[in-house]
Amino acid sequence: MTDKKLADWWTESHASLYAKLGGEAAVNAAVDIFYRKVLADPRINRFFEGVDMEKQAAKQKAFLTMAFGGPHNYTGMDMRRGHAHLVQQGLNDTHFDAVMEHLGATMKELNVPGELIAQAAAIAESTRNDVLGR
Amino acid sequence: MTKIKYGRDTYPLGKDQSVLDCLVEHGAPVPFSCRSGVCQTCLMRALRGVPPDASQQGLKDSLKLQNYFLACVCHPMEDLEAALPHEVLSSVPATVAALDPLNGEIMHVALECHDPLEYRAGQFINLFRTPALGRSYSLASVPQQDEHLHLHVRRLPQGKVSGWIHEELRTGQTVELRGPSGDCFYVPGRPEQEIVMIGTGSGLAPLYGILRDALHRGHSGPIRLFHGSRSRAGLYLTGELRDLARKYPNFDYVPCVSGERPAPGLAGGRAHEMAFKEVTDFKDKRLFLCGHPEMVSAAKTRAFLAGAAIKDIYADPFNVNAAAAP
Repeated sequence: MTDKKLADWWTESHASLYAKLGGEAAVNAAVDIFYRKVLADPRINRFFEGVDMEKQAAKQKAFLTMAFGGPHNYTGMDMRRGHAHLVQQGLNDTHFDAVMEHLGATMKELNVPGELIAQAAAIAESTRNDVLGR
Repeated sequence: MTKIKYGRDTYPLGKDQSVLDCLVEHGAPVPFSCRSGVCQTCLMRALRGVPPDASQQGLKDSLKLQNYFLACVCHPMEDLEAALPHEVLSSVPATVAALDPLNGEIMHVALECHDPLEYRAGQFINLFRTPALGRSYSLASVPQQDEHLHLHVRRLPQGKVSGWIHEELRTGQTVELRGPSGDCFYVPGRPEQEIVMIGTGSGLAPLYGILRDALHRGHSGPIRLFHGSRSRAGLYLTGELRDLARKYPNFDYVPCVSGERPAPGLAGGRAHEMAFKEVTDFKDKRLFLCGHPEMVSAAKTRAFLAGAAIKDIYADPFNVNAAAAP
């Protein structure tokens, strides 16, 4: 799924998930925990070397907002463009899996019920092919 | 009808239209990405008018205080004049009031602005040797305490501006300044929070200002300053800082030398290594990092991994040649 359709689908089907999780407050609570896990993970932290930490944290926040089904305007095309340079550096399924793992662990740490974690994971999972440029 | 002024143009804001949509519709070159108030790509600053709280969500406190806002979620109730973060203010003349060496390589420069400059200790200004040649220097002075602007200028090898300041600039001469800029400063609130400051070389300048500002505003939590240099000769203001440590029981000063055996009273090692040895948990602590860009970047990541919240980390990396031409 690419272009505007992807964003529309998320907004329509997952707006309630974002609300259930606590909206922006939930994203704010999650972003530092999530990004800390990502940066501390030797499997993937090389992709973050030399990037501005604050800007990257804002991107992580955007990612979580999307994963939680919150308001966003990202499209499949944006996902491709935003990760193309990382795909060139070898970004693959194992790295994507690691991020998914941290997403789940972050929500668990925040005591999010399992079914909502599964919903958020499904949204994030649906970006896999775009992120990996397939 | 609410109006948005950007550059030389003024645009009427449509009903329910965001500042970003309005500017983009008129072809203004404003960067943006998520359009949901999250990614912070469309960060702008209100030069006039107050942006609504909702447009400042998720921003650092020091940016909020300076009226920064996210254009994509900004629906102002009053007219705004907006600028992109790097579109700094016009230049102002200042007279050199004093020049005193702080050590063998750092010069204390006191400047008297012809018009009062509103700034916060720790911000920086750009000082111009010629209209096209300027450099950024942090402000070590505190507006409520110091009459003039204070800079600590380290002489760089072949430094076109620092060399000129050290060798040619004289008291009484007039120079051009631009600014202030930067969000590395003390934000009042949470006076009990522990503060850790790490600086190298002339990175002490903003920290010296921020420290005195925090103490002056009654910060009651512990404040620890780690200042490092390769050699003892590279340290400066040690007497003043020791005096402050005696006067304020909540302030602790740790001078560090990394390139030689430390004399009594000095710590041996790099400033950030000393800091991370002594402070292991950064949860709920406020952090100020100034000086060598690699130290700043490494310490930022390390403190974040050790529990510091990104919003509590204030940094000012001293990139050589970083000042933009006007």
